Amino acid sequence: MCSTCGCNTTDHEHPHPDDHHHSHEKKIVQVEKDVLYENNLLAQRNRGYFDARNILALNLVSSPGSGKTTLLERTLTDLKNEFFFYVIEGDQQTSRDADRIHATGTKVAQINTGKGCHLDAHMILHALQGMKPAENSILFIENVGNLVCPAMFDLGEKERVVIISVTEGDDKPLKYPDMFHTSTLCIINKIDLLPYVSFSLEKAKEYARQVNPELVFIELSCTTGEGMAQWYQWLKEKVFVPATV
Amino acid sequence: MHELSIVMNIIQIAEEESARNNASAVEEIELDIGELSGIELSAFEFAWEQAIKSTLLDGSARKINHIPGEGQCIECEAVFPMHRLYDPCPVCGKHYITVTKGKELKVRSLVLN
Repeated sequence: MCSTCGCNTTDHEHPHPDDHHHSHEKKIVQVEKDVLYENNLLAQRNRGYFDARNILALNLVSSPGSGKTTLLERTLTDLKNEFFFYVIEGDQQTSRDADRIHATGTKVAQINTGKGCHLDAHMILHALQGMKPAENSILFIENVGNLVCPAMFDLGEKERVVIISVTEGDDKPLKYPDMFHTSTLCIINKIDLLPYVSFSLEKAKEYARQVNPELVFIELSCTTGEGMAQWYQWLKEKVFVPATV
Repeated sequence: MHELSIVMNIIQIAEEESARNNASAVEEIELDIGELSGIELSAFEFAWEQAIKSTLLDGSARKINHIPGEGQCIECEAVFPMHRLYDPCPVCGKHYITVTKGKELKVRSLVLN
């Protein structure tokens, strides 16, 4: 079922006319099909599109309120003379985040998932059809704020970036291990607030490494700008040294 | 509640296979769900009850094979039962682990009528 445009909806009517003859014998079918095969297929299509056009697609995942949109606003403003940026915003309702991104002068598509708790590859496919991102650009996909459901849905991104903030618990990586297991970069945001909260940077990193020993960390504050240079450096390395497929 | 999307996908697979085999009913559906697949079984159960109404799976028997998690340590190559993604290797204590079983989430077979 497509919750974006309604295409390919599953028809639940099964007409069975009386003159329709068929055997009523049992038939066992070995299906052996991954439940997410359709999403994974579409994700690979998206991935091929990104690779062919050298678009660095990043899937940003986090709890609500970790500062994903603020991180994007600052990044888009600071680097607007260096890269072409595109943003896909995922939220259950409203275009508030897209409006904030639009205000930075960046081309943005808002996906409202309605009751849905995550973006899927099909929604990204539709957003790309409208957006037509240029070659050699960076596409940020801001997923629905949710550390659980988006973990299961490959969008075709090059890297998955998980963002946590120091106002959350430092044990988040253990409570929501799937997201940290599937991400390659972990941004720890709002470090300017460290003196006021009981969050331990070392503990958070230790817990995250238990789930994913190869996870890379960048600590930053979008408010003071501390650590932003490291994040920009990470982006530049990904753009200028594309990974081999 | 991504479990609802998962159930919708299962229904779609069952309907596609039924159409391909000119079947009008699904007598039984067999699923593989791994311990580390990210499926919360109580949420899955709830989503299942709601989503299958008036579909081909309404009234079908459902069999779930629960696949226990298994990991292999990249450092010492030990193979061991894995119940959580942050479990260390019980032999060397390291966290460099490949999940070898338990990520399964698939429709294994259907009995069609």
